[in-house]
Amino acid sequence: MAAMNSLTALQRFHAYANPARFMALSARLVAPLWILSVLVIGAGLWFALFDSPPDYQQGETVRIMYVHVPSAWLAMFGYGVMAFASAVGLVFRHPLSDVCAKSAAPIGAGFTFLALLTGSLWGQPMWGTWWEWDARMTSVLILFFLYLGYIALWATIEEPVRAARAAAVLALVGAINIPIIRYSVVWWNTLHQPASVFRMDGPSIAPAMLLPLGLMGVGFTLLFITLLLVRMRAEVMRRRVRNLRLATAGAAAEG
Amino acid sequence: MDEFFHMGGYAFYVWSAYGAAFAVIVALVWQSVADYRAQTRLAETLEKAAGGRVRRAAHREHETGEDAS
Repeated sequence: MAAMNSLTALQRFHAYANPARFMALSARLVAPLWILSVLVIGAGLWFALFDSPPDYQQGETVRIMYVHVPSAWLAMFGYGVMAFASAVGLVFRHPLSDVCAKSAAPIGAGFTFLALLTGSLWGQPMWGTWWEWDARMTSVLILFFLYLGYIALWATIEEPVRAARAAAVLALVGAINIPIIRYSVVWWNTLHQPASVFRMDGPSIAPAMLLPLGLMGVGFTLLFITLLLVRMRAEVMRRRVRNLRLATAGAAAEG
Repeated sequence: MDEFFHMGGYAFYVWSAYGAAFAVIVALVWQSVADYRAQTRLAETLEKAAGGRVRRAAHREHETGEDAS
């Protein structure tokens, strides 16, 4: 009984103290992060469109890479954030990790959609097909559906604690897909090319292309973090609204 | 400049990819910021409507760790 009391006290501490601290800290970070994201993506766009060479095989279509590859990175990074925050939420019952996982999902889904769409727009002129059911493309499509299922699950369960628990289990089960995506181009003979940046023997891509790709990758990641903070702040406020409504309804019932 | 927009004959594919990226990012930014503003306004309205009673209760709970009800 004493243990149960101390647990609820701990939960109550989490519920109030940490979101307050998070709101104060994130309020100061959001504006500088917006500016930094725009600057880095702006620089990346300049190199991507004006100051990098066409590929000797792919011609100008190689410029699609500078939006396709960062989007695909974030598709996986977003799921990693979501799965990690879900695990922390399940183990430590920390409300902010549920808020983090929930907020990461729509951003990850957006970038997964972009990775699929820009990949298709690159595949048609270079491979002669918009789509192929090969391991890389199929596993990324499954990632997109996992995001949608996760978002739908949150939307169907009214009570945040129960919704978080169910969604976290889905996120963790779906995490098995992440190494499958990463190694799909190694394990199976895919139409998609193997990794050319994060390799054991260093990047195999030309330096003139690595610069815009790196800038766009960093810029997109900064944008992801900024969006995540803004969405988490919105989610904390949504819970405050919910608590205020419950408190008002409770007071009305008593009075 | 014409050559730039022509993209070696691949204009449709290259500019569609950049256009789609722009559209998705703008939609994400717009929706996230609009949601944050709407929720913040709603919370302020509710706090005012409660006449500070709920806020005081929540504050007391925060300080003492005891249930406000």
